[in-house]
Parts: sequence; structure tokens; C-alpha cells
Amino acid sequence: MAGVTDEQLKSMSQEERVEALGLTTEQLFGRSLLIEFNPDEEERHTYPWAPDVFYNKRIEIDTDGLTTTEVNNQMRQAMEDGNGTIVIKNPRGMHSMGVGILNRLTLEVEGSLGYFAVGLIDGPNVRIKGRVGWSCGENMMSGTVVVEKNAGSTFGAAIRGGDLVCRGSVGSRTGIDMKGGTIIVGGDTGALSGFMMQRGRMIVCGNAGKNLGDSMYDGTIYIGGDIKSCGVDAVPAELTDLDKAWLTRKLQQYDLMPGKGVDHFTKIVAGKQLWNYDNLEPNEKKLIL
Amino acid sequence: MCGIAGLIYRGKTSNVGAEMTSMLQALKHRGPDSTGFAVYGEPSEGDYIMRVKVAEREDLDSGRGFTEVLAQRIEAVEALLKEHKADVKAKEEATSYALRYLISHDGDTEEMARHIEELEGVEILSMGNSLELIKDLGDATEVSETYGLNEFSGTHGIGHTRMATESDVDIRSAHPYWAFPYNDVSVVHNGQITNYWIMRREMEHRGHRFMSNCDSELLAVYTADNLANGVTLEDSLRRSIDEIDGVFTYLVATKDQLGMAKDTMAAKPLVLYESDDLIAMASEEVAIRAILPHEIDTTDPYDEEVRVWQA
Repeated sequence: MAGVTDEQLKSMSQEERVEALGLTTEQLFGRSLLIEFNPDEEERHTYPWAPDVFYNKRIEIDTDGLTTTEVNNQMRQAMEDGNGTIVIKNPRGMHSMGVGILNRLTLEVEGSLGYFAVGLIDGPNVRIKGRVGWSCGENMMSGTVVVEKNAGSTFGAAIRGGDLVCRGSVGSRTGIDMKGGTIIVGGDTGALSGFMMQRGRMIVCGNAGKNLGDSMYDGTIYIGGDIKSCGVDAVPAELTDLDKAWLTRKLQQYDLMPGKGVDHFTKIVAGKQLWNYDNLEPNEKKLIL
Repeated sequence: MCGIAGLIYRGKTSNVGAEMTSMLQALKHRGPDSTGFAVYGEPSEGDYIMRVKVAEREDLDSGRGFTEVLAQRIEAVEALLKEHKADVKAKEEATSYALRYLISHDGDTEEMARHIEELEGVEILSMGNSLELIKDLGDATEVSETYGLNEFSGTHGIGHTRMATESDVDIRSAHPYWAFPYNDVSVVHNGQITNYWIMRREMEHRGHRFMSNCDSELLAVYTADNLANGVTLEDSLRRSIDEIDGVFTYLVATKDQLGMAKDTMAAKPLVLYESDDLIAMASEEVAIRAILPHEIDTTDPYDEEVRVWQA
């Protein structure tokens, strides 16, 4: 970590931290995530600078008349103050809400959010009572997000981890470029879902639009309803007992189990006829993954 | 990136002028260059509302003599109205370059419109029994205040906030577009049309007029061409998905209908709210929430989706 200790990171401002982690230089000496996997220290699930929060300490933020920046700053301050449960009231389709939370947190949104809701998060558990616009949970790294109503297009674009759940239907290009994690959709999904998917799993209980899994490198898509058409290099595969067990567990966890079980799901995987990571040399592979 | 919005009431009227203003103001971040409204009031048979522009706003800076030029152009327009036996019942000048005439006319409005547009610098923004088409530079509040739109009551309307990409920031390239020469038909569009020049040449061969280089104007001309051939609004929208290339979501309003079409990739956003008496749609939910602050259920139309609603 280029000689920066946890203690130093903790005492720095965000700007200094970005500088110290090498994110502003041409030569990257490691992403911030690398510190999670230092074999010499015991397992840890939070960032060194993350404030200690208590789930039973709760605060409500009424967003009426506030800008997105003001709301996000208030949330950050609330976490600094030790609040582990934040309730957002009257968001009315506000964009970029709750972006970049790298903390343990329970975030409850009593309403609907606009574009880029809870993107780039690492850790929080989010419940959104309304719907979300485009690009919800974009680039999320861990945690859970549950959307009670519908979601817009590019739901879970490029997610790396965590569970992203929408109980209603989602728009087009769901899970585009996803690199890990799980996307679960209770309703239907639009065209080009799983486009260029690299890793991770997607479950759609309803129907899928055209070009499902187009140009996917890897990963798995499970569709409960009809598929309009599969994209290039997306092929059906056999649904194994292991798949069924995993589907059952995941769907039960979020109370989305269809009445007729999981036996009817279609499994879609990459045909690997196009270029894929396995063509790489082992050392190159390590760099990319 | 532009913002589009539309709303239609079923079987009742409301203050659509103020409502469209709030919706478009909420979409200002999607397009700060110009704002346009096409709102529909109570139709008055036999009477026509003609909105006409005699200059661009930038022309006003072109010299001291321009005030006389404006006056001459307005005089010429009025002379032509008289020549076509159109009786001017009312005349409003919200700005020195944009005028609204309420005229009674029995003859062919198309012929009159073509004649008026032969005048230099003159463009008819709209003509119809119920359509009021207003567009100008600036944000929604600004345009709405200038043209006194806040008091406007009607059944439906569409609107647009423009971020200019492929053509100039001026009124001729602003939306909505009137589907010349079809009375009461207007179009707003968010997207890019990639076979614009091919389609434009085809339409020009068929005798349609283009007033700007904005690709969205094509959709208005295309709709007009279909209507001329007896195609219904719904079929026209459906056909456009195959015939027009690019990424687009567009709305078309007629005297009593409002329709939407989304391209084959669903690349441009639209959020839809439907209730028994109101249908509202916009590029972003935040615009719908500007008029409906309570909790509502909204959906995103899918690719190749076409919908038409009746007022």
C-alpha cells in the first residue's frame, strides 16, 4: 500500500486519501480494495476510515427543498455521527441519491429515486419503497439493494458484487457489463439484458426482451418466462440441481419464489465462441480479474 | 440529451400551461438551450390560431434598421392574410419577433401558409383550431412567462427542453415542430436520427418543406407525409420504428390524441404514469413528480413500444 498505514488513512481528508492511494497519478499502485486482502492481517469488512455506526441509532432526512449534494452530505454527516439507520423522506425522483456509501448502513428510502440511485456503494443495505430511474446500483461492490416497484434501464450496470433486487419490472440493458454479484428481477426485463456480461448471475422471474446476453463473456442468466431472442454467443444450458438449489435459496431470501417453483427456469450461458478471458495467458488473466 | 414531456387528460381540462412549465423546468438540466410547448385548448371550429415568427432573436442585434424590417415583415404577413380573405380577430405580440393571430378563414389554410412562408425570414410555427405552439430560447419559466402560458387551460400538451447537438441554438431548430401543413399536429423528439439526409431527400422529392437542419424536423415531416396518405397516427408511429434509423423517443400530439414511439434499442428514456383521468410522461420521473408529488406507480416503455391515448 505504498507505505500508507490504516491509521494514516483514517486521519486523512477524502482528498488526501485519494492522493495517498495513488488514484490521481498515472501510475496506480493498487486500488483501494487491495487493502481488504492483506494476508497478514485478520479479516475485515469495512474500510479503515469508515465511521462506526449503530443500527439502532436512526435518523430521518426530509429531502423537500434540498439538492442532491445537500442530501448526500447530510447522509455522510449522519454516518459520522454514528447513525446506522437513515430514512429518506419525500425524495420524489431525485437523481444520484446515496451514491458512494462505503459503510455498513441501513438506508430506507420512502419514495422513488431518479437516475444513478445508490451507485458505487460498498456495504449498505438499501430498501427503496418506490421505483428507481436509470442505472440503479451502477458499479455497486457489496451490500443489498431492494427496489419494491419498477426500475428503469441499465439496472445494475457493471456491478461487481452484492445483491440487487427489483420486485417489479426493469427496463432495457439490465446488468450490462456486470462483473459479479447477483441481479434479481421479479417481473420482466427489456432488450439486451446481460449485454457483455463478464461474471455474476442474473435471475429474471418474468420474460426477457430481444438479444438476451448478447456478447456475454461469462456469467449465468436464469429466465423464468419467455425469451424473445438470445443475442450473439448466448446459449441455453442445462439447469442442474445445484442451480435449482441456489435459485431456490436466493428467491426465497427475497420472497420472490414463483408459485410453480424453479424447475421451469431457462439457463443461459456464454457459448465462448467469441473472444473470452480464457484465451489469455495466466498472468494476463490475473491482471484482469 | 434533450428532455421531453407530455400529458393528456381524459375527458376534462386542466391548467396544462402551468403543469407543462413545471415539468419542463424540472428537466432543465437535460437541455438548457431552448424550451418549447405545444398545448391544446378548447377547439374553435372555423377559427384558426396562427403562430408566426418573423425573425430569429439573434437578428434583433443586426443593426438599427431592423425594427423597420420587422414592421415591414409583419405588414406583409397581414397583407397576405387579407389577400386570402382571412379575417384577423385578434393579434398578440409576446415579443417583437413572434406573433399570434386568431383568424377566421373558410378557404385552404395550406395554400395560405405556403404563401406566407414565401416571405423572407417568416416561418409559421403552428396553425390549428386548438394548438398553441410556443418556442423560444431560455428555460421553461422564462419562455412561459414571456408568452403568458401559465394561465393556459387545455386537455393535453407536449414539451421539450433542448440541448443543441447537430444544429444551431435558435428558434427554427427548437422543438416542438408543427407537422406542416396539418393543422393541430406537433412533434417533440429526444435522440439522433442517423438516416436523416436520405429521408430528408426522399421527403423533399415528395414536396415537403424543411425550415431547419435539425433532425427532429424530419419526424414532423414524416408524420405529415403519413397523415397525407391516410395512415393513422398509431400506424405512422409503428412504421417509423422500421423506417427511421437511430436512437429516438418521440411524442406526437394531434387535436385529440397523444402518441409515443420508442426505437428498437430503447436507448432514449421515457417514464410513463397512467391513471384513469391523466396520463403523464417524461424523460425523467422527476418531471412527473413536479406535478404529482404524492407516491405514484410509473413504468418504462420497452423497445419498439408504441402507444396512443385519446383525450
